[in-house]
Parts: sequence; structure tokens; C-alpha cells
Amino acid sequence: MMAWLRLHSMAFAATIAKLARTPFASVLNILVIGVALALPAGAYTLLINLQEAARGVSSDPELSIFLALDAKKDDVAEIDKRLKAEPLVASATYKSREAAFAELKASPALGDVLAALNQNPLPDAFVVRLKMNAADALDRLATGMQAWPKVEHVQVDSAWVRRVAAALKLGQLSVLVLAALLSVALLAVTFNTIRLQILTQRDEIEVSKLLGATDGTIRRPFYYYGALLGLFGGATAALMVWGGISVMNAGVADLARTYASSFSLHMLATGDLLAILAFAASLGWLGAWLSVSRHLREFEPRN
Amino acid sequence: MIEFSAVHKRYPGGYEALKGVSFTVADAELLFVTGHSGAGKSTLLKLIPVIERVNSGSVMVNGQNVSAMAARAIPFLRRNIGQIFQDQKLLYDRSVFDNVILPLNVTGVHPKEGAKRARAALDKVGLLKREKSNPIALSGGEQQRLAIARAIVNRPSILIADEPTANLDSQYAGEIVDLFVDFNRVGVTVMIATHDEQVIARASAKATTRSLTLTQGVLAP
Ligand SMILES: Nc1ncnc2c1ncn2[C@@H]1O[C@H](COP(=O)(O)OP(=O)(O)OP(=O)(O)O)[C@@H](O)[C@H]1O
Ligand SMILES: [Mg+2]
Repeated sequence: MMAWLRLHSMAFAATIAKLARTPFASVLNILVIGVALALPAGAYTLLINLQEAARGVSSDPELSIFLALDAKKDDVAEIDKRLKAEPLVASATYKSREAAFAELKASPALGDVLAALNQNPLPDAFVVRLKMNAADALDRLATGMQAWPKVEHVQVDSAWVRRVAAALKLGQLSVLVLAALLSVALLAVTFNTIRLQILTQRDEIEVSKLLGATDGTIRRPFYYYGALLGLFGGATAALMVWGGISVMNAGVADLARTYASSFSLHMLATGDLLAILAFAASLGWLGAWLSVSRHLREFEPRN
Repeated sequence: MIEFSAVHKRYPGGYEALKGVSFTVADAELLFVTGHSGAGKSTLLKLIPVIERVNSGSVMVNGQNVSAMAARAIPFLRRNIGQIFQDQKLLYDRSVFDNVILPLNVTGVHPKEGAKRARAALDKVGLLKREKSNPIALSGGEQQRLAIARAIVNRPSILIADEPTANLDSQYAGEIVDLFVDFNRVGVTVMIATHDEQVIARASAKATTRSLTLTQGVLAP
């Protein structure tokens, strides 16, 4: 047990020493992995930010029902009754044409124009808030309402929310594809790095085997090396994303100010960051494993 | 104890290096394997730590059939067999000391304990003062002694040496033979492949020895 622990710690120390012995090559490798991981990680960060922004702008789906100009009180009551009976409706606010007209007349920009009209051009209206899970049924619901008596027009206010959601879903998919592609790149980098190491350490590996080193003892430093390469690459990627966000935030702040908003991009949550680091380390380990399994076979005793 | 029974070894390509070799080596014996170049001496020695495997027949080492041993058990077999290779297999990118401590490092011996044993082994072969040198800076005889120090650092019960005196003048060769005789005296089973008659003569003058002679893969009766 002690010997086992010692073998591990010695392998680990040897790995660090190996990284330090070829600083230039190590830094280059880590940078390559960092860039490869920074692309999907950065895209993911932007996506998360967009998702949040979209959520802030519109919460529940909404629609407006405009009645015909000749709608009577009874018609309004009928619509109100039907809305109350509709299970997907969360709440409905009635706005009479008189109230809407008065409100508009009070506004400084349109007041004069409306005052010149001798007739109220506005219809009675309902603003209907739907339950969140009604988003899918939105179109069917709107078409149904269109057929209600004295309903002139149904306007789905939040159709764009679904467009944004669809776009975000597409974005998610692209990030996944990007991550998968660049993971292969990371695998290739570690695979090849480990292959070169095995080549330059042929003698040491051969002699160690002859002197009674187990396969595990010989493989272990390469696994550690791959995992560390991935881990440092992942950390580099996180730094790059953080740097990118900081730079972009300066621009975003200016843009947001013109919309009187204080919107800003933020960094990935700690959980996401840790997941990226763990993912990168596992990929490095896997690359090393593939390489070692492939290239250490030739050291086996022959028949 | 080492026991070969009807051992055949054919290399890829079809060359038959050993053709039905049988013999036994008792514990603490000092045994020479002689024969012309290409007779199969190295091949015979390589079968013991399973660097090569037999095609038929069996090799028993201390009651274990090593010719059928699982790959994962082989490292543990090798830790009990000191090996001196015909091509030495020293690592020239590290110091004399690091070469000697390597067999201990790969088995997880505590570094302090390992350093002590490595120095003891170096002392035994008279290289203690050169521990920081690179093996390349050593003479041929010193390199051979370094290889011996590495082979004995694990305190193996079996020592296998393939041409340990090749290319050495007789004074160096004599010193090395004396080392093997010393190990044998403390109970180590020693097998030496050589075609140097002087080496055998010198050892025989100091200890009881036995010789096996190989001729094209066949043991002389
Ligand atoms: N890996 C190999 N592949 C194919 N043939 C081999 C291999 N190793 C040895 N041989 C052949 O087997 C025969 C015996 O070789 P071996 O090395 O055992 O001889 P040896 O007695 O040790 O000779 P030397 O005194 O020159 O070291 C030789 O003919 C050699 O060419
Ligand atoms: Mg030979």
C-alpha cells in the first residue's frame, strides 16, 4: 500500500518535472489545447448570457384580443366569460376603448392629434397572459379565439420568444458540435504528444520493463501527463474566455447605456468551470490512454 | 532452482535457436553457458526472465512454470532475477546513481532506503566515487560493473549475465569474474553466458562451477 502510494507520488513528481523540463513545448501544447477548448467554452458562455437576456425580456407568453368597433357590452362579457373558462389563460385584463382613448389623449405626443378626431378609433381590447407551458399551444389558441364572436384580431405578442428559444436551441446544438469536434483535436494533441514521449523514452521504458516495472507503473506517468495537459489547457481556456468577456463587456456597457439598460455579460458559473476543467482533464487522460495502449504494445514479450 | 525441459525456441522468420534443450540448475550453483556465436546462449538466458517465450517445452523457475506465466505476473518474476544484458542497456541520459536505483524506483522502494541500497551496490563494484558521473564517462570495465551493480541492487536470488566480460582486457575481466564468484559464495544462483575460456578457468579455480555447451541450439551431452 505504501509502495503503491509512493509509486503514484513519484509518477506525479516525475510528470511535473517532465512538464518543467521542456517548458516551451509544454506551453505550446497547453496553448493549443486552451484555444481548442476556449472556442466551445466561449460560445457556451455567450449562449448562457443570451438565454438569460431572453428570459429577462419576456417572461410568459402574451396575446392581445381586439374586438370589432361595434362590439357591445354583452359581447365583451361573453369574451370575458370564455377567457375565464380557458384553462391555458393565466389572467386577462380588459381595456375599454374609452379608457384607451383617454389614456392616449393624455400622452403629450399624440394628445393633440387625437383631440382633433371627433370619433374614437380604438377598439375594446383584452390583454391575455397565458400560462408558461402554453407556449406550444399558443398558435392553436390564437386561431381558436379568432373565431370567437366580435373578435376582430388576435395578436400573438410573444411569437418572437419562441423564435429566440428555437435560435438558442440551435446555438446549443452548434456549441455541442463544436465541442465534440474540438475534443477530437484535444485527443489528437495528447495522443501525439504522448507518442513522441514514448519514442524519446524508448530505452527507459524498455529497461524499466526488463527490471520488473509493471505495466501500470510505466503507463501512470503518461496518464498523469495527459490529464495535466488537459487540466492546464482547460484552465487556459477559462482564462481566455474570461479575458474575452472582460474585453466585450466594455463594448456591451456602451451599447446597453443607449438602451438605458445595465446589461453586462458574465463569466460561467463555478460549477460550469469545474465541469470544463474535469472534462479537459479526462480528455487528456483518454488521449494518453489511447496513445499508451497503442504504443506500449511493442514492448511486450514475444512468443 | 531452474529447470529446462525439452525447450524449443523458434524466432519469427523460422530460425530455430534452441532445439530441445533440457537441463537443471541447482540453487547457489555457478553455471557457465558456452558455445560459438549464434549457438543460442542469449536466447537460452532470455527465456528465464521471459524476455522471450518458448515455443514448446517448459522453463521452471523456483517451481513456477514461467513459460506459461501471465504477462501481468512477469514483472514480479523479474524483480527476483538480476540481469546483465549483452548490450548492457544502461541509460546514458542519467547518472550512474540513477541507473542503479532504477530497479528500486520502479518497485516503489522508499527513496531513502533505495539510495542506501544503491550506494551499497555501487560500493560492492567499486564505483561509489563515480555515482554522479554519466555512464558514458566510464571505461568499458566500469560500465560493466555498473550493469552488475544495477543487477544486484534488488538482492536477487538468481543472477544472469550475458557475456559480462566481452571486450574487456584480462585484468578487468578477472575482477568481474571475482565479483560473480563472491555473489555465488553468498548463495546466489549465477548463470553466465561466455565464450571466453579464461573466464571459466579463473572462476573454476576459486569455486565449483559447471559448464553447458550449446552447438547450434543443441546441448552437448
Ligand atoms: N530476435 C531475433 N529474431 C530472429 N532471430 C534471432 C533473434 N535473436 C536471435 N536470433 C537468432 O538466433 C540464433 C541464436 O542467437 P543468440 O543471440 O541466442 O546467440 P548467442 O549464442 O547469444 O550468440 P552471441 O555469442 O553472438 O551472442 C542466432 O542465429 C540469431 O541470429
Ligand atoms: Mg548472445
